[in-house]
Amino acid sequence: MNEASQISATPIVSVRDLHVTFTGAKRPVQAVNGVDLSVRQGESIALIGESGSGKSVTLRSLLRLHPERKTRIEGRIDIAGHDVLALGNRALADYRGRVASMIFQEPLLALDPVYTVGAQIVESIRRHESISAADARQRALELFERVRIPSPARRLDAYPHEMSGGMRQRAMIALALACKPQVLLADEPTTALDATVQIQILLLLRELQRELGLAIVFVTHDMGAAVEVADRIAVMYAGRIVEEGSTREVIRNPRHPYTLALMQARADGAMTKGARLASIPGAPPDLAQLPVGCAFAERCVYAADACLKTRPDAVELGDNHRARCLRTDATAGVLGTRAEALTKVAALTESS
Amino acid sequence: MNTTMSLPAKAPDLPLQPRSAGFWTGVLRKLMRDPVAIGAGIVLLILVLMAIFAPLLTPHDPYQASMLKRLKPIGFEGYVLGTDELGRDMLSRLMVGARLSLFMGITPVLIAFVIGSGIGILAGYAGGLVNTLIMRTIDVLYAFPSVLLAIALSGALGAGIGNALLSLTIVFIPPIARVAESVTTQVRGRDYVEAARASGAGAVTIVRVHVLGNVLGPIFVYATSLIAVSMILASGLSFLGLGVRPPEPEWGLMLNTLRTAIYTQPLVAALPGAMIFITSISFNLLSDSLRSAMDVKA
Amino acid sequence: MSIGMSVEHIGADPHGDRGGPAQPLLTVRKLVKHFDLKKSFVETMMGGGKVVRAVDGVDFNVLKGETLGVVGESGCGKSTTARLLMHLIEPSAGEIVFDGETVGSPALPLREYRRQVQMVFQDSYSSLNPRLTIQDSIAFGPQVHGVGKRESMTRARDLLARVGLEPSRFAERYPHELSGGQRQRVNIARALASEPRLVILDEAVSALDKSVEAQVLNLLMDLKDEFGLTYVFISHDLHVVRYISDRVMVMYLGKVAETGPAEALFEHPLHPYTRALLSSMPSMDPDRRTEEAPLAGDPPNPIDPPPGCRFHTRCPLAEAICAEQTPTLAATGTRETACLIHEPGSRHTQTGAAIYAS
Repeated sequence: MNEASQISATPIVSVRDLHVTFTGAKRPVQAVNGVDLSVRQGESIALIGESGSGKSVTLRSLLRLHPERKTRIEGRIDIAGHDVLALGNRALADYRGRVASMIFQEPLLALDPVYTVGAQIVESIRRHESISAADARQRALELFERVRIPSPARRLDAYPHEMSGGMRQRAMIALALACKPQVLLADEPTTALDATVQIQILLLLRELQRELGLAIVFVTHDMGAAVEVADRIAVMYAGRIVEEGSTREVIRNPRHPYTLALMQARADGAMTKGARLASIPGAPPDLAQLPVGCAFAERCVYAADACLKTRPDAVELGDNHRARCLRTDATAGVLGTRAEALTKVAALTESS
Repeated sequence: MNTTMSLPAKAPDLPLQPRSAGFWTGVLRKLMRDPVAIGAGIVLLILVLMAIFAPLLTPHDPYQASMLKRLKPIGFEGYVLGTDELGRDMLSRLMVGARLSLFMGITPVLIAFVIGSGIGILAGYAGGLVNTLIMRTIDVLYAFPSVLLAIALSGALGAGIGNALLSLTIVFIPPIARVAESVTTQVRGRDYVEAARASGAGAVTIVRVHVLGNVLGPIFVYATSLIAVSMILASGLSFLGLGVRPPEPEWGLMLNTLRTAIYTQPLVAALPGAMIFITSISFNLLSDSLRSAMDVKA
Repeated sequence: MSIGMSVEHIGADPHGDRGGPAQPLLTVRKLVKHFDLKKSFVETMMGGGKVVRAVDGVDFNVLKGETLGVVGESGCGKSTTARLLMHLIEPSAGEIVFDGETVGSPALPLREYRRQVQMVFQDSYSSLNPRLTIQDSIAFGPQVHGVGKRESMTRARDLLARVGLEPSRFAERYPHELSGGQRQRVNIARALASEPRLVILDEAVSALDKSVEAQVLNLLMDLKDEFGLTYVFISHDLHVVRYISDRVMVMYLGKVAETGPAEALFEHPLHPYTRALLSSMPSMDPDRRTEEAPLAGDPPNPIDPPPGCRFHTRCPLAEAICAEQTPTLAATGTRETACLIHEPGSRHTQTGAAIYAS
């Protein structure tokens, strides 16, 4: 596989110092605190994090989906030459769906229950382009074939509730692709699906990325799903990207203690039966009262005094791998050695 | 292997506070922060106090008629709010009238709350055939417009305060029972009710511990909003001569007898209506605030 | 605080083991649950109408002291099975035997059975009464079974301490003041309060974040050892099931596809469905990503399950015979599977072929 050759050099998605604050509650909630992100054409990036890490908030900011009155967005978002935060209402409506579009976790909530899926796709195409209904329907049919819906002509006339979960998710992807966007935003698209269906959708996303040259920003809490789809992984914690790098680097050689702990807390990875899982003590910080220093410091086994006082900047670890941590020296090779040991053990047992 | 990470999970930071405020304390605290609730509450408090102490407060005898002072305007010679068509002091009559009007507004709803909740919770928790039987019967009553039903019942039972109360109570049982049934059905499906069944508890215990606390609040909020309706219906019955009888002061009845004066003294004639309006809107606002204050997650 | 001392009485089991360690704690025979779909008037009159075959003839054992993992996709009947085991819904047919006694028989009335079997639900919020403090919620079960108010409160506080929630901070709090992980700890404490022998965990960690999930899994393992519990652990997460289970049961469309010791089943799955399910797990290796989905389409609807072997519509090894003949769950050693390939004498061409030989 050489996805790299298809990935252009200039970023199509560029987020600079994004801050999102929700002001609706009693105390303002700082959901996103300085996120920098760039995605190139044809590249897929996974935003990984737990609930409250700001991954979905970041994603929704790219389409400006947050209620304007209760949200303060600062920073800069450029997507395919559009200054997203400066778009007027008309321009924003035109931008959504045509430049960037989104798929959601629960298609049943995102699709309109009173129209057939085909009608929704046709409507979406004709809102952005002046083409005849018949042509739009032809396009919808092609899209259904594209996302591999069996007997597509018949399924175009189905209502969302008449489709199975996996089929609905495919239909929503078709709807998202209706106006040939360059950027596809995916918010936990496979979380609600069964295991055997999830892998099908993940593979479909990968195929679309490769064949249509889509840039994909994929939000998930599932490390495994991210590995299947993403070229790069960005790990979020308390509204910041704490570690970013190629999927291979982040998985094999995580350097931020949080990523490291997440990898170690997984119940797979050839765990000996009965051995305790490595868990992260405590709970994520309150976003309305973020600590002065590193937000993870309280739960971090590597934390030093300095971690409580300063918010760490990104440390370059080479090969586009960055971590916002003061103790990257201590985390070097921690997982690597263990993984190597495990592969050795596995190789031994296999040969015997 | 990685003992460093497997620290025992310590309880995260929850302020050391031995007892959280109880549910109703929390509701009260939220209400106290809501300016609308405070405003409506103060208005209702004043009305209630006025009703209770009316005999001590009235500047004139509310029954004392005077042919010479009929339909005087607001502010006339010591009659702050003018006089009615028989020359009686409007202010005094409005104050004394609050007693009957509030009584007629609150009592039927209170009785209907008790009966309707009982019926609704029974139907909701029992489910199945019992539910169908009870709720279809309720639906028959519910099918009549409440105004018509109240008038028809009062008309059949005959005029008088007692009969008016009875007919209003009957009118309010179906809507309250329906709300109670739907809330109970919801709560019954929650996992904590399942968990209680799984621990072997009987139906009565489950309803007492797990259902009542969670359904009475919403039903109560709904019932509060009915007080306004009840007041208006009671006034309507009096207006039609089916409720309170003259010369007893009651706002609806006063509105009725003053309607002939609508061209000569429009402001005075509108006063009972204004009182009904203020009271009912206060009850409605209070019930709205109560609803949002009882939302635990907010 | 005398946590250690008072926890002892929780561990002590007044209703001791009856049949000895070899007798299964729970035996389920031919368990069936069909739900009626909402019928139209005509169907009610004609006696027709469709049924959802949520659980359609399930047999299994839960051995004393083990953790039985139950996996499967939506519609496979795993959650219905959990509710049937708890007798929260009435089975359409079949029998549940608990330590040698049929549940609901005079020897083991439902109320007594329910004291010995408890359940932890997936949704930690909706499984706690929002109007009760968490110690009241935990103490409710024992009080139902006649434990005094004082004693049940002491027990609730001890259990809170045991699940890692400091009683002085948490006992008198309300559920909405706690995080998801803390609430799930409360639910576990509540399940343990009536001193059960069997705990059914229905997707009990599925809604939790990964780091919290690990904490709760550790806790579950500790409690199992400490109180000598037996678990039925239902989950869609194969990693977690593999980690925590001694034996695993795979369900598909209301039937058991395969059961066996966890390691053996995960290493050498016998049933084609188990194989597909396992290879659907994301690889976690960036250099060896999944290239082809093992199965196409979604699981069929349990309203009209396919005839014969329920899996034949998606099975890569299916033959014409699979649509006709229903495989029986047959045991070989410690393992059981319901597949014609493993059924001697069936007309499947690959019968007996060592297709999964390692």
